[in-house]
Amino acid sequence: MNNHFYSIQKAFRCALPHTLPIFAGFWFLGLTYGIYMNVSGFSFWYPCLMSLTIFAGSMEFVTVALLLGAFNPLQTLALTLMINARHLFYGISMLDKYKGSGWKKPYLIFGMCDESFSINYTADIPADIDRGWFMFFVTLLNHLYWFSGATLGGIFGSLIHFDTKGLDFVMTAMFVVIFMEQWMKEKQHKSALIGLGVSLACLILFGADNFIIPAMSAILAALTIFCKPIKKGEIKP
Amino acid sequence: MTQLQQLITIGMVILGTVLTRFLPFLLFPAGKPTPRYIQYLGNVLPSAVFGLLVIYCLKNVNLFTGSHGIPELLATALVVILHRWKRQMLLSIAGGTLCYMVLVQFIL
Repeated sequence: MNNHFYSIQKAFRCALPHTLPIFAGFWFLGLTYGIYMNVSGFSFWYPCLMSLTIFAGSMEFVTVALLLGAFNPLQTLALTLMINARHLFYGISMLDKYKGSGWKKPYLIFGMCDESFSINYTADIPADIDRGWFMFFVTLLNHLYWFSGATLGGIFGSLIHFDTKGLDFVMTAMFVVIFMEQWMKEKQHKSALIGLGVSLACLILFGADNFIIPAMSAILAALTIFCKPIKKGEIKP
Repeated sequence: MTQLQQLITIGMVILGTVLTRFLPFLLFPAGKPTPRYIQYLGNVLPSAVFGLLVIYCLKNVNLFTGSHGIPELLATALVVILHRWKRQMLLSIAGGTLCYMVLVQFIL
């Protein structure tokens, strides 16, 4: 029993530093989101409960606009599926990694936001750390950061004045670093270059609001066409 | 919107989000062998997805108005240089973010 507790504690200590950039980013974005709901006329209960139950940052910003518009549940569902379609790629990538995590697995999948996925996929978890607990704590801490930021923003929204302009770049910086980490781990970079190039081309062609679905389709097509050559050079998990 | 309509709207967002996260795990359960094509995708998709996420973060940069994307370009370059040099995740992220904040608050 004591040993068990010790290994959980160790996993927590190992996971915490990985989530610090996310703490900065999520508090900033969460506060902004809570304030946005506050000034849009919603009680703090909305960001509080929505950050807990939806836990998908960009989608929650969109939901504020949806709540202020006309009631249209089917359109809401369709829009959510489109904006969050990238999670399908995360799931396919995590099929193996989440295997064997027992009762934690449903929560790991529920909390698989961009940031939890990126850390849990790329982190080099030491052999003596329990993988399931490590990924559980990464997900839980991210969830708590987002929830507390959004709730505080909702409560104190009208009182807070920011001179933190530009802090949201912390998320961009994190994804650049994660992209580089993945780049340094692999033998050849066809897939990474396809991801960058195709996304950029689709952004230019379709614009900021509509490029995700075309980019995902084009990435799938490119990876399928180049299937054989990439397969050989790729690192095996 | 009435409160009930708001609840239904939020419920739909939750349903949509949960669906996109759980679907691959429901389609390819752990007990059954995963098709080879999906295994292959699981191996090569992450690199491409991280590229997509970088572009996604920078999607609202406008090269033709405002600061022309210069702060984003400089700060991203600093992140890359710091990370090539020291390979300390927190240092690269903090350095790039501070640089960006200084640029957008005081200079550009």
